[in-house]
Amino acid sequence: MKINPDKCVACGNCTYVCPMGAIYIDPVRKRAAINSDECVECYACYNGLSQEHLNPIMVRTMRRIFSALRLRFEPEPDVCPTAAFEPDEIAWPRLVRRAFSDPSVPHESTGVAGRGTEEVKTNDVTGRVKMGEVGFTIEFGRPGVGVRFRDIQQMCWALAKANVSFEKKNPVTSLMTDVSTGTLREDILNEKVLSAIVEIKVPIERTEEVIRLVWEIEKQIDTVIALGVATRCDDQGEETVLAPILERLGYDLQRAKTNIGLGRINQQPGKESSQEAVGV
Amino acid sequence: MTNTLHRAGDSESFRDDFIVFAIPSKNKNDTDAVPKLRRFLEIALEYKPVNLGDARHGGALRSSKNLSPISHWKRDMEPDFQAVIHGVTFPTTCAAVFDNLEAAEQFVKRIKEEDLGMSVNVSTSIEGAKRCCEFACIERHSVGYSLGFEGKTEEMPGSQVAMLSTMCGHGMISHSLAKKMIDFVKENRRTPEQAVTYLSRFCSCGIFNPSRAKRILEDARSNTK
Repeated sequence: MKINPDKCVACGNCTYVCPMGAIYIDPVRKRAAINSDECVECYACYNGLSQEHLNPIMVRTMRRIFSALRLRFEPEPDVCPTAAFEPDEIAWPRLVRRAFSDPSVPHESTGVAGRGTEEVKTNDVTGRVKMGEVGFTIEFGRPGVGVRFRDIQQMCWALAKANVSFEKKNPVTSLMTDVSTGTLREDILNEKVLSAIVEIKVPIERTEEVIRLVWEIEKQIDTVIALGVATRCDDQGEETVLAPILERLGYDLQRAKTNIGLGRINQQPGKESSQEAVGV
Repeated sequence: MTNTLHRAGDSESFRDDFIVFAIPSKNKNDTDAVPKLRRFLEIALEYKPVNLGDARHGGALRSSKNLSPISHWKRDMEPDFQAVIHGVTFPTTCAAVFDNLEAAEQFVKRIKEEDLGMSVNVSTSIEGAKRCCEFACIERHSVGYSLGFEGKTEEMPGSQVAMLSTMCGHGMISHSLAKKMIDFVKENRRTPEQAVTYLSRFCSCGIFNPSRAKRILEDARSNTK
């Protein structure tokens, strides 16, 4: 992303909307600027801010007058008054930032849409997580911290060493040069993204072992982690196996995503749909 | 993705937060998904949702690329639910957000009867989802628990800011904007209703809950939790 200096009036609205805090007003140039190393190309500024197309010279003049009179210039807080944000040409490996950070675009770099997969959301159709199994989603960087792939790699290395299997269709897995060791492509390790999700599946007996492993590695990496753990319910719709394990480990379970089992397959096996599904 | 799952707050704070979403599965049931997804959203509308959204185009309040300068004084703050319904052109995830258990229960029951054949998930407190299923006589298929946020949590903001910003699970609502809106409401520069519409426009898939956000902003104004 770039900010057109001819258009920017340094109103400062954009400095608040950047999830990474990467936008600031340059005191010398008196224009908004982006710290490109911290920018994750999420496009929250471009997509989220509404755009007016006011004359920049007029707006700057008005702001100067208001400032001299000690009057507050208060535009709508979700508006860029001069449409100063302009998408930039992004090349690899920086392209990976947008693929993992901007939810409005398909995963061009990996060929997979979204930051993760359908995981248990379509488990009633795919049967991905079976009885006696646990699916983990280990999300790095959210909320509002971001993550570099070198930190994700540390977790992947540890998980691979513990002999867990990575979800094949997951975008992070697709960036591994060696899935058996959890090694990611060298050229993306310094790239920062808003968030990325590692997905694994283990027998339910290994739940505690994996969580303890995550606890150990998360102390060594420079970001936050949101951990999600999913399993099948029994024939009565009850889940009495996983929750007690999690509670024993000290988790106070508050929120869950519940697949209520209304889905069914209606396409022939092997028949590929032409459109790219995009997930929440 | 884990977008609706990891919301900051305890189960009590989810008392007005019920997300029900339909999702087609690639190569399993997505070829005829678009009319079914629209039907899902149309039915949701009957139960007075506080937001609707599709993962491709966004929610019922969206940013504008051609805003009139007059909008500073006279801006449309009303959600456009029909735009969401008509905007579904791809097999994608469609969500309906409700601010009360009764509406969510009735909607889940109705969706079961409608038999669209797509996977449907309820994202809320564990107890809230259970009650929706019991009301509709549904046995839950799978459950995904949020274990919350771990690791370098010292970089996370205070609870009210986090409760607002994590209502966009894609992370498009920055902590700074959430904090700014709390401050604006505290200073009486904007009403909670206005602040909520600003925040809503940044959510890229329409799962932001304006009703819960308004309550959080009102609580923040008088510093109650």
